[in-house]
Amino acid sequence: MSILVVAEHDHSTLKSATLHAVAACGKLGGDIHLLVAGHNARGAAEAPQLAGQLAENVAALIVNIAGPYSHIVLPATGFGKNIAPRVAASLDVAQVSDIMSVESPDTFIRPIYAGNAFATVQSKDAKKVITVRTTAFDAVVPEGGHAAIEDVAAPPGFEGIELLGQELTKSDRPELTSARIIISGGRGLQKGENFKMLEALADKLNAAIGASRAAVDAGFVPNDYQVGQTGKIVAPDLYIAVGISGAIQHLAGMKDSKVIVAINKDPEAPIFQIADYGLVGDLFEIVPALTAELSST
Amino acid sequence: MKVLIPVKRVVDFNVKVRVKPDGSGVDTANVKMSMNPFDEIAVEEAVRLKEKGIASELVAISCGVAACQETLRTALALGADRAILIETNAELQPLAVAKLLKAIVDKETPQLVILGKQAIDDDSNQTGQMLAALLGWPQATFASKVDIAGGKATVKREVDGGLETVAMVLPAVITTDLRLNEPRYATLPNIMKAKKKPLDVVKPDALGVDVAPRLATLKVVEPPKRKGGGKVADVKELVAKLRSEAKVIS
Repeated sequence: MSILVVAEHDHSTLKSATLHAVAACGKLGGDIHLLVAGHNARGAAEAPQLAGQLAENVAALIVNIAGPYSHIVLPATGFGKNIAPRVAASLDVAQVSDIMSVESPDTFIRPIYAGNAFATVQSKDAKKVITVRTTAFDAVVPEGGHAAIEDVAAPPGFEGIELLGQELTKSDRPELTSARIIISGGRGLQKGENFKMLEALADKLNAAIGASRAAVDAGFVPNDYQVGQTGKIVAPDLYIAVGISGAIQHLAGMKDSKVIVAINKDPEAPIFQIADYGLVGDLFEIVPALTAELSST
Repeated sequence: MKVLIPVKRVVDFNVKVRVKPDGSGVDTANVKMSMNPFDEIAVEEAVRLKEKGIASELVAISCGVAACQETLRTALALGADRAILIETNAELQPLAVAKLLKAIVDKETPQLVILGKQAIDDDSNQTGQMLAALLGWPQATFASKVDIAGGKATVKREVDGGLETVAMVLPAVITTDLRLNEPRYATLPNIMKAKKKPLDVVKPDALGVDVAPRLATLKVVEPPKRKGGGKVADVKELVAKLRSEAKVIS
């Protein structure tokens, strides 16, 4: 039995999501092969048409080399979610999305209904195409580097699509999905400018900044800040929810955090039901006070 | 240009679901059902394309039990021209749905299929991508802006690091994300009119598609409950507890 992990990378380094996906494969058992599909990335598959990592091209490559593998594994990130179903359908197999646990090589636990139920599912297909919930598996430590690197040829580029450009959020802060501490803002922040207050606190704690859907929809912050059922799934050591009421769709994205702090003026806000430390009050007083307290001691 | 809009009937997003005591699944009896919210966004986008004169005919399609007709009537009330129900009581998984949709696409030959990126019941996020693969079409998932002109769709996509723009030659598949638009509500006159719009019913067998599930659900359980509800009086106590009790900051 051997497993193909499709690496998420930026053509120079692996994204941490890859390390979590590899960790899940450790539970499957068997040889693990890593496919790095890119351009000018000293990797296994190397072709200009892979530069944009479009699903059409990456999926076609995976399907080409899928033959010997029992499992094809991707992280359940924007990258993996875009590509994996294309691979599964091309191979005529089901996909198991967002696995949280490996029960056996064909049986997995995955969340449904925004994490309000956990389903144990068994795949009857010969090949398993899987996406991995990265927060559910501790990242493997990249060390050794003794594995052989083999080149594979990429199929010709897909004709009907072209990547025109990317507008990526630039930030010196830790990435949301791998940060140890996250501070998230919601509708209670009232306007985008007020996120500066969270930034000051984040600077003190070396934290990433996230947001609820309400804050993103209102245009306070860009879409890539969104934590929740259909946004990013996070599980940091400390999650500080500021002005977030706690809709189930938001809780679905952060309730596995180790410690949750909620700051909200409404004592009835559902976020307090899952918070370890709730502080009822005006966030516009509490957040600066918290930043000051962390600076003074 | 003809546009196909697959829509799914799901437990309403406001309902807190309950796991059945026997662990066989989630209790959906006597629960409010609605159109998957991401599919509502897809319907809205298609209707806007028609209002702009870009789309000529909008065909809504749903796969599942007879009650999915209600979901299709909603789509018709929002502006779809006609509807197709692929009726079955069988459990449908994303690969089967993608195959059913492909069979309809082969007959209807639309230039665009637009659907939600994910259904809020099984949270699979697969059907659109699978359909694109089966058709050999390009895909733009997680769309936050769609422009169609000259046989091309230019789509802004929500990716983990921000936004990405792709241009696709039609026909193509687009899956919708939250920021694409804000769906309208159906007006009463439109709900009345929708009752008279054509709704065809076909069976999977007639389409030659085997819908047998590939994944067996062995059990469904409640997630472990998180013990929360702790309160602190002020910022000083919060910082002290985060340091000495939770030990998550230094």
